[in-house]
Amino acid sequence: MSAEVEEASPEYVPITVEFSGGLEMLFSNERKLSLSIPRRDKDGQKANVAFLIDYLCQDCLKDPRKDLFVLDGSVRPGILVLINDADWELEGEEKYELQDNDNILFVSTLHGG
Amino acid sequence: MAAVSVIELLRQQISTCEAQLASLRQQLAEAEHLHRQQQQGLQLKRMEEQTRHNTASTSLVHDMSYGIHDDFRSEIFAALSHPEEENVPPRRWPLENSEYKRYGRQLIMPEIGLQGQLRLKQASVLIVGVGGLGCPAAAYLVGAGVGTVGLIDGDVVEESNLHRQILHSTARVGMTKVDSAIVALSSLNPNVNLVAHPARLTPESSLSIMQDYDLVLDCTDNPASRYLISDTCVLLGKPLVSASALRTEGQLMVLNNPPLPPGGANGGPCYRCIFPKPPAFETVVSCGEGGILGPVVGTMGVLQALETIKVLSRGVKGLAANGTTSPEPPTLTMFSAYGSPMFRTIRLRGRRQTCASCGAKATVTPEALKSGSLDYALFCGSVAPVDALTANERISVDNYAKIRTEANPFTGSQPSNDSHILIDVREGVQFDLCSLEGSVNIPFSEISRTPLKPMREDVAGNHDATPEEGWVAALRSHPEKPIFVICRLGNDSQLTVKKMKALGLDNGGKRWIGDIKGGLRAWRENVDQDFPDY
Repeated sequence: MSAEVEEASPEYVPITVEFSGGLEMLFSNERKLSLSIPRRDKDGQKANVAFLIDYLCQDCLKDPRKDLFVLDGSVRPGILVLINDADWELEGEEKYELQDNDNILFVSTLHGG
Repeated sequence: MAAVSVIELLRQQISTCEAQLASLRQQLAEAEHLHRQQQQGLQLKRMEEQTRHNTASTSLVHDMSYGIHDDFRSEIFAALSHPEEENVPPRRWPLENSEYKRYGRQLIMPEIGLQGQLRLKQASVLIVGVGGLGCPAAAYLVGAGVGTVGLIDGDVVEESNLHRQILHSTARVGMTKVDSAIVALSSLNPNVNLVAHPARLTPESSLSIMQDYDLVLDCTDNPASRYLISDTCVLLGKPLVSASALRTEGQLMVLNNPPLPPGGANGGPCYRCIFPKPPAFETVVSCGEGGILGPVVGTMGVLQALETIKVLSRGVKGLAANGTTSPEPPTLTMFSAYGSPMFRTIRLRGRRQTCASCGAKATVTPEALKSGSLDYALFCGSVAPVDALTANERISVDNYAKIRTEANPFTGSQPSNDSHILIDVREGVQFDLCSLEGSVNIPFSEISRTPLKPMREDVAGNHDATPEEGWVAALRSHPEKPIFVICRLGNDSQLTVKKMKALGLDNGGKRWIGDIKGGLRAWRENVDQDFPDY
């Protein structure tokens, strides 16, 4: 269906990235981004979630407080990564290869009550 | 004073209830005794009536009143049955008549039914935190007839709680939250046994307090409590219904369900499985700092009550014993008041085999917990007041007030707002609520976002000519005027002063930049008591 249309672009994977729980503040208060990510990284490997996180830090994260999103090369504790509404740990975490029209959601935990 | 008399009133109420309870137990024992006797008596009576019926039916086959006028017959029956009524009538139904009436609307639902209601009645739950989540959760659980509801909280009711903490009231400001909630809950449903724990939950007390309950609701507001409650629930084998809320969003999880012992791979994940490491404490925002919409946190508390009713009416004890009844797979429900859709449910991972709490090699043990060797405050970090500046970079509110109102003792110049720049770094919404005359608003979020140097320099070495942020340029254009920075409490103002100096706005020390100690709170306390306290 729409995936076929998107397949027409052999170089980019169309995906949706969302932020919730306050993380959107780091991304100019954008809760939802429609992105086209290169299908392969510079080593020719298929783009995975680790690549996406790098991409976000390079291209989308304008706030200097990058350490509020990524720490020691990985998503900071207290942030859940969800791939198509499932915990990324069910999907292979950083190694999950991005598919057309995937939805990747980053949720910061809330503590108030 | 009002609070004292209410406390006294509550004490009386509790002792009255306890007396009632004792008397009810006595009555129950007597009733059961009588019941056995009467069963025998009834049988005899039935046999007698049968005989009478037989005699009458031979003469008047179609006359169902046996030829006796109905009114007269009622009188006779009344007279005959009178001695029986003096005794307590035998219990024919598992619930009291008043309970059928009170819980009728949920009793007739297949999800609850008689068995579900009896399970609720036998159950005991502990609500940790009687605030924005705990109040609505408690109201619905007490309303639904959960047998015992324990409440734990060490705080007192404040006026700023009332827009969301629906059990408390204006008259009860200053009362402990636990006592205030008990006043409201006992008038809602006097049949529920309410247990007060008016103190904070600590690692030393958590096991002994929580062990008497079947299920725990985490209605607290900080990560340290959340880890402590989860760890204790795993050690004691209790399911945990956890929720949180901030601003316009909320999150809900049912954890440790089924509540298998540590190492039981089929048990539900605990809080540590989902969040093995606590968030950086500087990223933890409380409702007092970030704000909270009443119905948002209310929604989450109501959902906690709902999940609790689902777990309890399904039978929590059966689950604990063998884990055969499989509850739904673990999920996180996210609520976003301004999102579309408002609700989103996400599948979570199961137990983490390496989990420090529920994994096979768990290091969180009852001994470690009781000994206090697990320092939850340290684990999660604590927010110490910011102390980033030296004494000569700071000014007290009193001295700043003099600058605004009095002539300069050294130069004799008249006070003027124009002699300096006052920067208020609260967020725009707060600035709009109230601000000092002549102050300029530069929100702290904008300041934190500002890079210290141009962010990019591409491979070709071309400087990406990102123009300097507007506020930095504006301040640079008045290089000689001293800058005073103020915020709500006096933390962000210090960080701002550091950042301004790092950006070179002090011209290598030629211009004074400093913060106003204690912020607008101190200003209100020492200078202008009319300044709004929000």
